[in-house]
Amino acid sequence: MRVNFTVNGRPQEADDVWEGESLLYVLRERMGLPGSKNACEQGECGSCTVRLDGVPVCSCLVAAGQVEGREVTTVEGLADYAEHREQAHPGGGCASGACGVPLQDAQRWQAKGTDSGTGEGGRLSPVQEAFIDAGAVQCGFCTPGLLIAADEMLERNPQPTDADIREALSGNLCRCTGYEKILDAVRLAAARQDRRGLQEGAV
Amino acid sequence: MASTRTTGAPTKITQGSGTKGGIGESTLRPDGTLKVTGEFAYSSDMWHEDMLWGQTLRSTVAHAEIVSIDTSEALAQPGVYAVLTYDDLPAATKKYGLELQDTPVLAHGKVRHHGEPVALVAADHPETARRAAAKIRIEYRELPLVTDEASATAADAVLVHEGRDDEYIKHVPHPNIVHRQPIVRGDAAEAAKRADVVVRGEYTFGMQDQAFLGPESGLAVPAEDGGVDLYVATQWLHSDLEQIAPVLGLPEEKVRMTLSGVGGAFGGREDISMQIHACLLALRTGKPVKIVYNRFESFFGHVHRHPAKLTYEHGATKDGKLTHMKCRIVLDGGAYASASPAVVGNASSLSVGPYVIDDVDIEAVALYTNNPPCGAMRGFGAVQACFAYEAQMDKLAARLGMDPVEFRQLNAMEQGTLLPTGQVVDSPAPVAEILRRVKARPLPPERQWESSEGADVRQLPGGLSNTTHGEGVVRGVGYAVGIKNVGFSEGFDDYSTAKVRMEVINGEPVATVHTAMAEVGQGGVTVHAQIARTELGVTQVTIHPADTQVGSAGSSSASRQTYVTGGAVKNSCELVREQVLELGRRKFGTYHPAWATAELLLEGGKVVTDGGEVLGDLVDVLQGESVEVEAEWRHRPTEPFDLRTGQGNGHVQYSFAAHRAVVEVDTELGLVKVIELAVAQDVGKALNPLSVLGQIQGGTTQGLGVAVMEEIIVDPETAKVKNPSFTDYLIPTILDTPTIPVDVLELADEHAPYGLRGIGEAPTLSSTPAVLAAIRDATGLELNRTPVRPEHLTGTV
Amino acid sequence: MDFLRPASWEEALAAKAEHPTAVPIAGGTDVMVEINFDHRRPEYLLDLNRIGELREWEAGADTVRLGASVPYTDIMENLRAELPGLALASHTVASPQIRNRGGVGGNLGTASPAGDAHPALLAAGCEVEVESVRGSRLIPIDAFYTGVKRNALAADELIRAVHIKKADGPQQYSKVGTRNAMVIAVCAFGIALHPETRTVRTGIGSAAPTPIRAKAAEEFLNAALEEGGFWDSRKIITPSIAKQFADLASGAANPIDDVRGTASYRRHAVGIMARRTLGWTWESYRGTGRTTEGVA
Repeated sequence: MRVNFTVNGRPQEADDVWEGESLLYVLRERMGLPGSKNACEQGECGSCTVRLDGVPVCSCLVAAGQVEGREVTTVEGLADYAEHREQAHPGGGCASGACGVPLQDAQRWQAKGTDSGTGEGGRLSPVQEAFIDAGAVQCGFCTPGLLIAADEMLERNPQPTDADIREALSGNLCRCTGYEKILDAVRLAAARQDRRGLQEGAV
Repeated sequence: MASTRTTGAPTKITQGSGTKGGIGESTLRPDGTLKVTGEFAYSSDMWHEDMLWGQTLRSTVAHAEIVSIDTSEALAQPGVYAVLTYDDLPAATKKYGLELQDTPVLAHGKVRHHGEPVALVAADHPETARRAAAKIRIEYRELPLVTDEASATAADAVLVHEGRDDEYIKHVPHPNIVHRQPIVRGDAAEAAKRADVVVRGEYTFGMQDQAFLGPESGLAVPAEDGGVDLYVATQWLHSDLEQIAPVLGLPEEKVRMTLSGVGGAFGGREDISMQIHACLLALRTGKPVKIVYNRFESFFGHVHRHPAKLTYEHGATKDGKLTHMKCRIVLDGGAYASASPAVVGNASSLSVGPYVIDDVDIEAVALYTNNPPCGAMRGFGAVQACFAYEAQMDKLAARLGMDPVEFRQLNAMEQGTLLPTGQVVDSPAPVAEILRRVKARPLPPERQWESSEGADVRQLPGGLSNTTHGEGVVRGVGYAVGIKNVGFSEGFDDYSTAKVRMEVINGEPVATVHTAMAEVGQGGVTVHAQIARTELGVTQVTIHPADTQVGSAGSSSASRQTYVTGGAVKNSCELVREQVLELGRRKFGTYHPAWATAELLLEGGKVVTDGGEVLGDLVDVLQGESVEVEAEWRHRPTEPFDLRTGQGNGHVQYSFAAHRAVVEVDTELGLVKVIELAVAQDVGKALNPLSVLGQIQGGTTQGLGVAVMEEIIVDPETAKVKNPSFTDYLIPTILDTPTIPVDVLELADEHAPYGLRGIGEAPTLSSTPAVLAAIRDATGLELNRTPVRPEHLTGTV
Repeated sequence: MDFLRPASWEEALAAKAEHPTAVPIAGGTDVMVEINFDHRRPEYLLDLNRIGELREWEAGADTVRLGASVPYTDIMENLRAELPGLALASHTVASPQIRNRGGVGGNLGTASPAGDAHPALLAAGCEVEVESVRGSRLIPIDAFYTGVKRNALAADELIRAVHIKKADGPQQYSKVGTRNAMVIAVCAFGIALHPETRTVRTGIGSAAPTPIRAKAAEEFLNAALEEGGFWDSRKIITPSIAKQFADLASGAANPIDDVRGTASYRRHAVGIMARRTLGWTWESYRGTGRTTEGVA
């Protein structure tokens, strides 16, 4: 079957999709977007987390055909997504719950390319930067899913407690770090976001 | 739609000048940006125009003769390019293995464990391959099973491997025993007479899985020269190569391996998984073949941690001095040997723990059974022993009415201690000190779950499942300490190779480090760049992708890579530096006498004297030239253990960690919440402190997992795995993992590069027994097995 | 395999009538696991995601009509007052990602004894609204579960909504798993006090071939509360009553040994959860001000 949907702001079309294929498979094997990871394919690890119409979901459990006409954001588009949100809601986060990127805005933005050799040249979202700075990345296989989940949590809850962070990330397994540096990274991203918000508020 | 991705290119990492820093600094990972943007190419991300998908058909029974295999219907499926069985293997060599070549590439005549590969399919879509594999008809005639020591070593036991001709068969008492290692020192029976108290215990350690998140996967691309290019996630490229080439019937130079991104390893990638299968299919079809296991298959695609039965006897005098120790450790190696001999060596030689006991009688064996094959996992051999001897220490302290930490300190080994193997510990062994440090740390506050709004279930046993609001919750505290060897032992020629080049690129001196080290997440690539900066005074360092175009780096295991490949990088950098200085002397020696007379260093892109005087710019020295050295480096040699007495300088270095676990147990429901797991560990020298913390916290958490939840359950009646999924094989989530404060000691080992000590495994040892001790403290139960499950805490087994 | 994408409820019913073997897929959190692991190859997948009304709920005077696909996250966040037991149960479902996709319709359709919603639905009392081209009917929850992973649906029927009684008293839900998050129930227990009818209802998960109520325990407790005048006096329930209730709940369980736990443990744990959740709900009913709901 044929499936049309938007990925990171770009309309995409996949042909000859087997009906049992997951969104994860289509992203990874048909769209050249392998950033979402295939660790368990049973919804028990969160490594494949993407945003489907803004909502974090396990892309391994979404049938490809269910995505027809919908918006998907993957780790490859996270930096641009976050930048766009920052422009829409300066200071980050939005306690009203009406945050995120409005659909009409989402349809106007596109993930920009980065240097394919090194990844340099691409900007990073605050949560991506924080993961690097805090040492939250080891093998990195869980990282894309954690980034999507953490970014979405900070959007809803800009000043999370440790228990909030743990609950929000309880669907993302990591086998390398023992989670301590991941907590550090999310705290760091929240603190930086908070500081930036204060600065902008003061202007 | 057109794919935007090009062929499976390995990830080349260049670190920009924004991150300076040599050893001792917490420089950031050079692959960090790629990993957070999703661009880092893991083995399962490989893609090639026109590639096929490989599928493995595995046995549905544990032990059976294969009466017949019919592949005709599978082959007839549209989209299927090849179906292979044992009969299709191209070379005379049809088996492989890490230590013993006992593992068939595809089953021949019989299968020895549940999930053994029997046939392969290549097709144009994974679903086509799966459907075709389901159409392969195999007729099995089931054979009797051996599943434990009693059934495996019975006089009339079915032999798992008939006609063994390996080096171990000569000294084992039964063909279903892979290897046996006794260690005898002093006279345990005589020393026992001095004991005022004697404690005995029988302990059981469950089968743990590495549960790395990146599944076994890779891409094999057939080459025009008849060879194959293989992109794969592994822990040791050259060991794979030595096993792959013979069964493909190819010379090693025609099998070119490149390391792809590795999604964790922890020992589970030391053995071959899909490597040979992908190559066979690629060579047969002439097309690139990708194989990716799903999580179900992954549980059959790699070896697990050996489950073990351990029987211990310790004695002590009433003033708390250990008199003797007797132990017997039975490790279940499953159907194939994998790393079983080395696991036996570690279990026996480290069975005494970090304690001084002069009179010991030790025996460790690994069995062949029809259970899943077991091999390397973080801390192997030592992990199982530590669980048992630390339980014994607590029992002894309790019997003596002593504080468990003080009792351990009283018997702690130190530098100069003579081990049961006759080896002297010749570098710092701060066992008493690390125990002191974890004990001295303030305890976390009680009842942290209480708040004005009620009980925060996230901080209580049961977590989000809302099982208690404080009812039945009892706190417990437990301690443990462990000893792990670093590096490959028992006379193994444990070396690594590093190729280092220096040149000027875009007006800047740049070092390139090329090794075959498998970066599995541990941060070796970070450390290699730091070493190059320290030794060569450059800012820009490029880490070349790991491949087999450079000599072996040995395995990313045994806590050895920073020591051994780090040592090789340091050594090659020193050789490069000598050549650069020689170049400088030739070019500029006449301009300044210090070129000939002073001790010269490379710092900040310049040649400087040890007095700090700048003699020249590296850019000028290297202009128009490049300097490159590839050299092997090895640590001090070790010796095999005597097969009768276990004597020998078997290990090169030891590593120590201590834990204090604080737990809260819902004693009515048998649910455990670990509140804090404090660690103290000597690391010799922290080359990258941030990475050191990551290793210690990660290792600690894997130890926590096997304390309270992680176990592969094998049905004793059928030898089949009952929980091959992440639904039923549980690893800790972020809500199961406590804060892990770490106290790092840096006591240099003068024998090691920069004084460093291998760190990756020690924290996995003591974490488990510390948690168990804390649960015992909370419940008063004996708890002689791990993992401990709710039914063990509630008398409902 | 064919993928059917009805744009409306009527189209979905027509598709199901035409292809009774079609497997409905909404959140996909059960169906896709089975497909990914090659456990199931349905002839037709019937996607319900395009039918917006399935993700809507409506609170009436006495009941909440909950669309079959309302995600657990929405139940947790928006229906805590009306459906406290189900909101608590929703919070124990798998992970945030799964709660964003999965809904009660999936739990009912799969009818696994381990489905987290069942004990809360049994305790609250509800009717399942199912429909086919032949017409619509309401199946009482007590008649819905017919066997291991079997339910009362006809082959051509789809689950449209659940009509759940709005809470008229405190409700609780508790589930044992061997991990502190993202875990399948070893066993679970739901309880709802219904002061208007002076009854207590319960639900037990993962401790019998189907989700069940602990009817003997309910009957005992109803009688004991009535006899002791507890509903009016709101005094503390005596330990002996609580114990008897817990023992009867435990006795209602008919569990098996499996990789997640032993039968003996399940019986034991059901009793403990019954006693604790009764305590929490009763304290709440008494209005002692002591919060016993558990936060998170």
